[in-house]
Amino acid sequence: MATRSVVPFGPQHPVLPEPIHLDLVLEDEKVVEAIPSIGFIHRGLEKLVEKKDFNEMVYVAERTCGICSFGHGYGYVDAVEHIMNIEVPERAQYLRTILFEMSRLHSHLLWLGLLADAFGFESLFMDTWRIREQILNMFEEATGGRVIFSINKIGGLRKDIPNEMLLSFVDRLDGIEKETRVAAKSFLEDSAVKSRLCGVGILTAKEAEELGCCGPMLRASGIRRDTRELGYGAYDDLDLHITTSNKGDSYARTEVRLGEIFQSIDLIKQAVKKIPDGPFDTPVKGFPNGEYMSRIEQPRGEACYYVKANGTKFVTRMRIRTPTFANIPALTKILQGCDMADVPIMIVTIDPCISCTER
Amino acid sequence: MEVKEVTLDSLLSEVQGLKAEEYRLIQICATKVNEDEYEILYTFGDRYDEVNLRFSVDGKTPIKSISHLYWAAFLYENEIHDLYGIEVENMVMDYRGGLYRTAEKAPFK
Repeated sequence: MATRSVVPFGPQHPVLPEPIHLDLVLEDEKVVEAIPSIGFIHRGLEKLVEKKDFNEMVYVAERTCGICSFGHGYGYVDAVEHIMNIEVPERAQYLRTILFEMSRLHSHLLWLGLLADAFGFESLFMDTWRIREQILNMFEEATGGRVIFSINKIGGLRKDIPNEMLLSFVDRLDGIEKETRVAAKSFLEDSAVKSRLCGVGILTAKEAEELGCCGPMLRASGIRRDTRELGYGAYDDLDLHITTSNKGDSYARTEVRLGEIFQSIDLIKQAVKKIPDGPFDTPVKGFPNGEYMSRIEQPRGEACYYVKANGTKFVTRMRIRTPTFANIPALTKILQGCDMADVPIMIVTIDPCISCTER
Repeated sequence: MEVKEVTLDSLLSEVQGLKAEEYRLIQICATKVNEDEYEILYTFGDRYDEVNLRFSVDGKTPIKSISHLYWAAFLYENEIHDLYGIEVENMVMDYRGGLYRTAEKAPFK
């Protein structure tokens, strides 16, 4: 009979940029159970609704995470705009969609680099982060920030992005697409990489649905669901092709995220072609009174922003349900039965964002 | 946003009904209304449509876990316990206050 032992994994581990802890119950080298534990960096940002008014909370929401910052700001303002029945100008909706897709690009490129680093392919890691740097430069030109942008406001955007700049982004995206296709070949065709990803951490469609998964994690298990299909922002006017895979393993999750990079580039190009001229914000009067739950597709999956307000300048509740929070139960499932040596790769393939999760 | 008001007693039968219709759990959260009242909001989804269930509790009465129906609910329920101090009965995985390592016990209470 195999010997059972419990091995603590994290919160500090070379593969983890942020702290999460797992108690791994092992039978020899096989994981039979994984018990997750978070809460090392809980900041209580949601509690700040008591001190920051509904406009200032945009900045708080953005600071939930340094990777999905644009999306967090967007989710919050979208909820408040629905409560206050604000009609956001079409140009602002298009600009938000373009910035959102740029966020997805840099998030997925960051993840590809972390994955390459996790299996020791250092040159591939540096290559993907070099490509990502170009997106951050574009953010800096458009918003003035590389991590926190503070461009969203209730009613639209703080500043316009000139059409000439958008066209220059499209030119640069052609180069980014070309470079990413070369890197994608290594991720999808290199035999050493495939040996680390294929058949590792399989999650079936039924399990993914039952465990409440979202984002690329869900789509890599064959379920075609993407919150962008709700049509918020300018997505209703754009041709969205959802990337899925039926394999459900770590390779499929890589394949889906790579597919989404090319899809995001295509969406940005479509949006730049169709963006109308006109105002980029609308004046906001009064205070929010009511409740709304906004659901958007962050790079890691569906995120929910629940806002409740009572007609004063302070909202009474802002709750963020992040995609990683929804994907943690599935992580415990895919770890069951895996080899101890595959645990780091499998944790990386859910693309965990603990900063978002802890809020 | 449409919300169906339920009671602490009718929650489980409502959730069982949604489970039978293959709804997925999207989120659970608590909101403090005043010192003696908290709202618990459950959101379920059928592809893109959502169903919201809500009931109020006084913060001292334990609420029932739905984690035997939706396993992933244990994380949301532990979060409610750790941040609001509301007891949740029969969770499939009970961290006993250890999910969040907060300096102050139940900081959102």
